[in-house]
Amino acid sequence: MADTPKIQLRDVAKSFGRKVVLNGIDLDVGVGESVVIIGGSGTGKSVMLKSILGLMTPERGSIKVDGEEVIGMSTSERERVNHKFGMLFQGAALFDSLPVWENVSFGLLAEKRCDRKQAHEIAVQKLAQVGMNADVADLMPAELSGGMQKRVGLARAIAADPEIIFFDEPTTGLDPIMADVINDLIVKVTREVGATALSITHDMASARKIANRVAMLFEGKIIWQGPVEDIDHSGNAHVDQFIHGKADGPIQMAVRA
Amino acid sequence: MNPLQAIGRVFLKFLGTTGRLISFMALGLSHIVRPPYYPRIILRQMIDIGYYSLPVVGLTAVFAGMVLALQSYTGFSRFSAEGAIANVVVLSITRELGPVLAGLMVAGRIGASLAAEIGTMRVTEQIDALTTLSTNPMKYLVTPRLIAGITMFPLLVLVADVIGVFGGYLVAVYKLGFNPANYLQNTWDFLTAEDVNSGLVKAAVFGFIVSLMGCYHGYNSKGGAQGVGTATTNAVVSASILILCSDYILTEIFFAK
Ligand SMILES: Nc1ncnc2c1ncn2[C@@H]1O[C@H](COP(=O)(O)OP(=O)(O)O)[C@@H](O)[C@H]1O
Ligand SMILES: [Mg+2]
Repeated sequence: MADTPKIQLRDVAKSFGRKVVLNGIDLDVGVGESVVIIGGSGTGKSVMLKSILGLMTPERGSIKVDGEEVIGMSTSERERVNHKFGMLFQGAALFDSLPVWENVSFGLLAEKRCDRKQAHEIAVQKLAQVGMNADVADLMPAELSGGMQKRVGLARAIAADPEIIFFDEPTTGLDPIMADVINDLIVKVTREVGATALSITHDMASARKIANRVAMLFEGKIIWQGPVEDIDHSGNAHVDQFIHGKADGPIQMAVRA
Repeated sequence: MNPLQAIGRVFLKFLGTTGRLISFMALGLSHIVRPPYYPRIILRQMIDIGYYSLPVVGLTAVFAGMVLALQSYTGFSRFSAEGAIANVVVLSITRELGPVLAGLMVAGRIGASLAAEIGTMRVTEQIDALTTLSTNPMKYLVTPRLIAGITMFPLLVLVADVIGVFGGYLVAVYKLGFNPANYLQNTWDFLTAEDVNSGLVKAAVFGFIVSLMGCYHGYNSKGGAQGVGTATTNAVVSASILILCSDYILTEIFFAK
C-alpha cells in the first residue's frame, strides 16, 4: 500500500476509570478496502469505532483520516471530516420520533443537500437499494422488525454517499437467513458506493463474507491481522479458538461482577 | 476514611457536577444564536410543553384559587375582613401560587418526559447517530427544548393566573355569597402589573430550570433502562428543588425593599 491509508490508527489507548479498554491499537485501512475486526463481547470494538468518529476521545495515540490527524480537531473541522463517514449502529439507532424516510434522508436534510420532497424520493431509492419497497418509507421505526430496522439503518448509512462506512455488529441478533441478506447488502452497497468499510463482528460467517482483511482485537491490542483467506491457518491460538468458538484455549472469558 | 476526607470528596463531587451543568447550560444557550435553527422542532416542543400542559396547569390553578378563597374566608371572617379575600386570592395567585404550582406540576410532566426521551436516545445510541449525520445533538435536541421551556412557561402561568382567580371567584360568589360585581371590582383594584410581571419572570426562570434539568439528566444518562429511570427521577427532583430555591431568591430580588 503505497498510498496514504484511508484510516490509520497508531498506539490508540482508551480507558474508563481504572478499566483499560484499548491499549495501543495500530491499524491501517486502505482505500476501498473492507476490514473486519473480530473479538469477543466487551473487548472494545465499539469503543474503537467511536474513537475514530470522535464520539469518544482516546487518551493517547493518533488517528488519521486521509492522512489528517483527527484527535484534538475543533468541532467544525470534525464535522467536515465526519461528512466522510456513514455508520450502521449496533442497535440500528433509528430516530423513533421520525418516519422511516426522514431517518434515511436525515443526513442529506441536515446538510441541506435537498428539500423535503426530494428527500422523500431519495429515501425511497435508498430503501430500494437495500431491498425494501416504497410503502415502508412512511412507517415509523417502531413498526419494523429488527432485521428491517437494520436495513433502514443501512440505507441511512449510505444515503449521503459516504467514503467510509462503519458497520457495528451488523448481523448480531438476526436469524441466519436475514444475517446473510444483510451481509450480501453490505457487500453490494459498499461496492456500489465505492466505499472503504470497517466492520466489527463476532459472527465468523459474516466476517468471511464481507472482509478483505481481518484483524483480531484482544486485551486492548490487535493481536493478529491478515487476509481473510489466511484466517483458517493464522497460526495464532487466539484466532483459532475464536473462529471455532471453543471454550478452552488462551482466551479465558472473564466473569465480571 | 477520616471524616474530613469524606466531606472534601463530597464537596469536590458537587463542584464537578456544578461545573458540568454550567458548561452544558452555556453550550445549550450559545446555540440559540448560532445557525442552523430548527423551527419545526422548536414549534413541536412548544406545543408539547405549552398546549399539552394546559389541562394540568388549569386544574391545579382552579383548585388553588378555590382553596385560597375558602381558607382566607375562615381566617378573615374572625376579623370581619372578608372584603380582603379578593385581594389575597389575586396576590397569592399571581405572585406565588401560579408560577410555583404550575412550575412544579409541569416539572413533573415535562422534566420527566424530556429526561426519558433524551435518555432513551442516549442509551440507544441515537445521540451518537445524530453526530454521524452532520447534526450537532446539543443544537438539535437541547436548545429547542430550552427555548420552548423559557417561552411557554410564562404563557402557562398567565393562563394559571386567570383560572386561579376564577376559581377564587367561584367559591366567593357561589359558596360564600359575595356580590359578583363587587368581588371582580376588588380583584381588579388590587391587581398590579408588578405582581403579574414578577410571576411571569419567575415562570420563565422555572421553565428554563425544568427543561435544562430534563435535558441535562437525559443527555448524561447511561446504562440502559435503569439509567434512564434514574435520570428521570433526578430531573424531576432537581428541577423541583431548584424551582423552590430560585423562587425564594427571585422573591427576595423583586419584593424585599
Ligand atoms: N461510555 C462508557 N463508559 C464506561 N465504560 C464503557 C463505555 N463504553 C464502553 N465501556 C466499556 O468498554 C468496554 C468495551 O465496550 P464495547 O466497545 O462496547 O465492547 P464491544 O467490543 O462488545 O463492542 C466494555 O467493558 C464497556 O463496559
Ligand atoms: Mg459493541
